[in-house]
Amino acid sequence: MVAAVGSVRRSFAPWNDPASKPFIEFRGVTKRFADFVAVDDLSLVIYEREFFALLGPSGCGKTTLMRMVAGFEEPTEGAVLLDGQDLAGVPPYRRPTNMMFQSYALFPHMSVEQNIAFGLRQDRTPKGEIAERVEEMLNLVKLKPFARRKPHQLSGGQRQRVALARSLAKKPKVLLLDEPLGALDKKLREETQFELIDLQQKLGLTFLIVTHDQEEAMTVADRIAVMNHGKVIQVATPAEIYEQPNSRYVADFIGNVNLIQGRVSASATGATRIEAPGTGAVIELDQAIDAKVGDQVWFAIRPEKVRISLDAPLPGSPNALSGEVWDIGYLGDVSIYHVRLASGATVTATVTNQSRVVERPITWEDKVWLTWSRNGGVVLAK
Amino acid sequence: MERRASWFNVTSVTLGLAFLYLPIVLVVIFSFNASRLVTVWGGFSTKWYASLLENDALLDAAWVTLRVALISATVATVLGTLAAIALVRYGSFRGRTLFSGMIYAPLVMPDVITGLSLLLLFVAVGIDRGFWTIVLAHVTLAMCYVTVVVQSRLITFDRSVEEAALDLGCPPFKTFFVVTLPLIAPAVVAGWMLAFTLSLDDLVIASFTTGPGATTLPMKIYSQVRLGVTPEINAICTILIGLVTVGVIGASIFTKRREVERQRAERLAAANP
Repeated sequence: MVAAVGSVRRSFAPWNDPASKPFIEFRGVTKRFADFVAVDDLSLVIYEREFFALLGPSGCGKTTLMRMVAGFEEPTEGAVLLDGQDLAGVPPYRRPTNMMFQSYALFPHMSVEQNIAFGLRQDRTPKGEIAERVEEMLNLVKLKPFARRKPHQLSGGQRQRVALARSLAKKPKVLLLDEPLGALDKKLREETQFELIDLQQKLGLTFLIVTHDQEEAMTVADRIAVMNHGKVIQVATPAEIYEQPNSRYVADFIGNVNLIQGRVSASATGATRIEAPGTGAVIELDQAIDAKVGDQVWFAIRPEKVRISLDAPLPGSPNALSGEVWDIGYLGDVSIYHVRLASGATVTATVTNQSRVVERPITWEDKVWLTWSRNGGVVLAK
Repeated sequence: MERRASWFNVTSVTLGLAFLYLPIVLVVIFSFNASRLVTVWGGFSTKWYASLLENDALLDAAWVTLRVALISATVATVLGTLAAIALVRYGSFRGRTLFSGMIYAPLVMPDVITGLSLLLLFVAVGIDRGFWTIVLAHVTLAMCYVTVVVQSRLITFDRSVEEAALDLGCPPFKTFFVVTLPLIAPAVVAGWMLAFTLSLDDLVIASFTTGPGATTLPMKIYSQVRLGVTPEINAICTILIGLVTVGVIGASIFTKRREVERQRAERLAAANP
């Protein structure tokens, strides 16, 4: 069953299919608050049944973007379209979207049941149908025994599930999640992330999540839009964002990365050579790049793709650096080696701890060699 | 850590309580005085309560006071709540500073001036002074107190709760009644009670704005006291004290119950992660 779901997820890629219709579309959207530009001429397309994440630091405009879908903000310029319909002037209470708030925003004077039924009541749904739907939602989030409790009689995790059930009760076309797991502790947050994925699969709805937690975005989303200063920097799947970042900003924002500055010294189809005089490294990789010979570029490589060794590679071989172990961070599952190069720059390498190490083969102040494969890193022109 | 109170503590508490409550206790005791002379104890009697029931002037005054307080407190609460919402929610509208300044003016204005200016207004406009002019005056006085109380609650109000209601399809007007109002209700009720009490014991403004036929209890008591305190006054004061005491004790029991309930709920929540 799990495998089946997995394969469905892998083949789900409407963004690669030119025939797919956009479901949510931002067309040149700008939002100004007085003289602060929260969203800057932004265009973005989200497809039906997609789990889409808006990721960025606080103040990057991601929440404003989501609130424009919900109807709490109107764009200063541009248009937001949902299923082909321009949402301009449609008030929040007439939009087929529902939102799960960061603070949960449960109605404190109503029981769990009444909270979940609230949206259905506004639509004058028949009583029997409301009861049925509330029951269904309570089972979905496993809160049946707590139906008559008030929000203040629930724990944080339970409140979060009430908020989720309430926002799903009306079967919205789009569910908006504003930092939905921010208030939970780490363990519960990780569990809930997988519950969210299951739920989205089961219900077949479009989910739009706003988060500043890159791991959360990577775990739940089909695609991620990395934002900064009101602009989208990159939109791609989690794997692409991580392995093929399009800029230093994205590479640095998602996970850890070593950035080495250099110049392109040779470029051919499917192969590139970069010389980084600062570090003395010659970098060769099997990748065509969008830069000419002589251009300044950055070579980005993730710490887990850097091998660390006491033995020197063959003289003259590319993709190697030498340095001295400056610091070691032991995290249990991995150890992080900070290696200082002759130039003074620091390169990080992570090593999985595969045995219960008592004595480390590599320790402080050892002279070490750092190497990586020809497809380990990526060249960034901006 | 249990410590026995020192003689200093006992003395200061006793003196403090005596300072606050001795005059009230005296009023209560002398309301049961058989003697007509206020300062001479002539044995226990409830006859002043009986004669109170026959004193139509006093009962009328009490009835007028009660009606003025009920109406003016209610109107002041509605207006004061609306003013608070306008001030908190509609951030910077034209004339906001002027409006908020004017809302608070009666708060710091001496009663005599409020009363006098209202009197001049009523005379100038040509309104017959009486019951309704007192009501109007008390609304003016009490509204700003309600605004202050409700405003402080609204400032700490989580607006996302209202947004959630809108998001779930509830139009703004209905949202106010089904979500906002129930959540600020404690402040609105507190504002109403404050307005009610202010109206109940106001003497100065009522004296300025009243006309023939509308005498409130404080006015009546004051005018009778000038002719000498009668035990009937003591009796009606005792009844008022009784009512207030019941109200205060009731409110504190209610608050205590809620607190116990809340703590129980929190334990319950903690036990079910």
